[in-house]
Amino acid sequence: MIEEIGTTEQGDLIINVGPQHPATHGVLHLVITLNGETIKKIEPHLGYIHRSIEKMCESLTYRQFIYTTSRMDYLSSHINNHGCALLVEKGLQIEVPPRAQVIRILMDELTRIASHILWWGAMAMDLGAMTPYFHAFRERELINDIMEETCGARLTMNYQVPGGVMADIHPNFQRRVKDIIKQLYKKLPEYDELVTGNTIFKARTQGIGYLSKEDAISYGVTGPSARASGVSCDIRKLYPYEGYEKLNFQEVMHTGCDTYSRYLVRMIEIRESISILEQLVDNIPEGDYQAKTKAVLKLPKGEFYTRVETARGELGVYVVSEGGTTPYRIKFRSPGFSNLCALDHMTRGQKIGDMVAIMGSLDLVIPDIDR
Amino acid sequence: MWSLSKITDIIHSWLTETFNPTWTLIIEMVIVGVGVIGLFAVLGLILVIMERKVSAYMQIRLGPNRVGPKGMMQSMADTVKLLVKEGMTPDGADKFLFNFAPFIAMIVAMLLMAPIAFAKDFQIWDINIGVLYITAISSLNVIAILMAGWSSNNKYSLLGAMRSGAQIVSYELSAGLAILVIVVLTGSLQISDIVAAQANGWWIFKGWLPAWIAFLIFMIAVTAETNRAPFDLSEAESELTGGFHTEYSGMKFALFFLAEYINVFIVCGIGATLFLGGWMPFHIGNWEGFNHVMDYIPSSIWFFGKTFFLIFVIMWFRWTFPRLRIDQLLNLEWKYLLPIGMVNILLVTVIAILKWHF
Repeated sequence: MIEEIGTTEQGDLIINVGPQHPATHGVLHLVITLNGETIKKIEPHLGYIHRSIEKMCESLTYRQFIYTTSRMDYLSSHINNHGCALLVEKGLQIEVPPRAQVIRILMDELTRIASHILWWGAMAMDLGAMTPYFHAFRERELINDIMEETCGARLTMNYQVPGGVMADIHPNFQRRVKDIIKQLYKKLPEYDELVTGNTIFKARTQGIGYLSKEDAISYGVTGPSARASGVSCDIRKLYPYEGYEKLNFQEVMHTGCDTYSRYLVRMIEIRESISILEQLVDNIPEGDYQAKTKAVLKLPKGEFYTRVETARGELGVYVVSEGGTTPYRIKFRSPGFSNLCALDHMTRGQKIGDMVAIMGSLDLVIPDIDR
Repeated sequence: MWSLSKITDIIHSWLTETFNPTWTLIIEMVIVGVGVIGLFAVLGLILVIMERKVSAYMQIRLGPNRVGPKGMMQSMADTVKLLVKEGMTPDGADKFLFNFAPFIAMIVAMLLMAPIAFAKDFQIWDINIGVLYITAISSLNVIAILMAGWSSNNKYSLLGAMRSGAQIVSYELSAGLAILVIVVLTGSLQISDIVAAQANGWWIFKGWLPAWIAFLIFMIAVTAETNRAPFDLSEAESELTGGFHTEYSGMKFALFFLAEYINVFIVCGIGATLFLGGWMPFHIGNWEGFNHVMDYIPSSIWFFGKTFFLIFVIMWFRWTFPRLRIDQLLNLEWKYLLPIGMVNILLVTVIAILKWHF
């Protein structure tokens, strides 16, 4: 009955994980060659949620194209917007007011915390523990409320525009941020109790999905996934933007190279982001929240590139301008795509259950991969 | 103590007076059959709503709260939905095995109801090898899962069934060894004897360390045997979508679902009977007054209370722990639980021979 269909010549089983599958968190399609439970090869098939954002951007002005980037990596939409806004500011030499800079960093770090918290829940859910997911949403909800109050939206914020931010912060903003800091300090030990120290969780993640430093560099893995392999790649430290250089925070590194160290790096990054929030929340300078810009923005002829550190790694924005109101060509270097490329290398010889854990630890957001 | 045996005696004597012995037997069998099916359905509904409420409580949610008071009728609505759904049989499936597998799961779960003592003198079949019967029948469950997985013509189902086969066959051993501890202490395989032996104290208190170890091993092993998280590898929704029942829909799926919950109830019932004294009330040594008060609580409440406590513990496992991997699962059984169980048997034999237990 289970005849030759779906097996290779060596008699290995080929199964299609996705495009609709609980483990892929989206419409990712993985063709897995299995020998019993052991994975021999993984071949990702992309394109199920390709919306041709890059092509679309070519017909949108420099103010408009930023909004489409919220839809790429929807869990760090602030940071995507930030990268694009930085590019336009770089091209037009716009000076961003200090107040706007601080608000931008606050928003970026809140987004990073929200993204990492959601990832924590999803990771635990991939490993079969349902409950952390709901606990994660409790804290993420508070951050979303802050976003809703100040930016007007909860997921695709579109708050950062060329020259600053769209609107001034809500009067409640500072109080709310302090509340969330307090809440997180109370709940993070609970997170550790529930998942980090769990024996089953450790057994499932330690020594699984080994990615050496050399491999991480050659696959172009960035973000927490690479830092867990000992690669220093935090754009906030290496190529500081928006005044990150003035802040006191650590680049979280780990040399475990396995799934568990990728987990630990993200958990410590949440704490680092909280410390950035603490440094800035009481020191928001007075002044304008947006620089005066022309109504129609025209980038000079040439090529422009900026990079920012999203929750998943390095986002590069590359624009070729012909001097018009719209970009001639735009290209995003998305962290998810490069991180996914390392999946095959990391999963070979592991069990199918490990594949889910490894994929979870890479923190993939499928619209970010496909764009 | 008030007992249900009065009712059964009245019915039995009335039937024997009215009909000849053959008819009496047939009628009694029909009553018992209808009773078991009724209990089956009611327990299924209660356990499903209980699972949803427990998980909601642990996940800071409200859970179902629309149908009926506090959402208590939600599982009724779900049953109706499943009943009217189309029962699909996929192309390329082995039709006979595919449609037969859910019924095997059901039949096994129903057969297991027979020797359980629900209350004082309220037992369908007090067979003299009750414990052996339970271990024998419960191991048939794997056949249903293997049939379902194989006949679905789905690779996820096949993987799930493969895992389940390895898992249930392994954990059967540990559960058996844990049960054997109580059999050694009691000296009988009959359920009523085991319960009677706990009249002055439950085995978990009287049996010293071996009973504790056996209880822990039993709880772990039955969680694995009923395919509940953290051992739900045969379903493993984040890896294998639905595992062995991926292709099932409508009432055929519901039968698997129901059988799983009934199995949970049965293994917890057995755990309560063996280790926590079944329907026996909680007694403390010479505290006459206290013991007297305890005796006033009906025996069925004692049994169901203990059983539902154990069910809650198993649900607690499910909503707390991540899932194990297949090799870790088998390591746990063959490297830890089985050797510990065997040493435990030796220990309890020594204790039983020297009469060190109370």
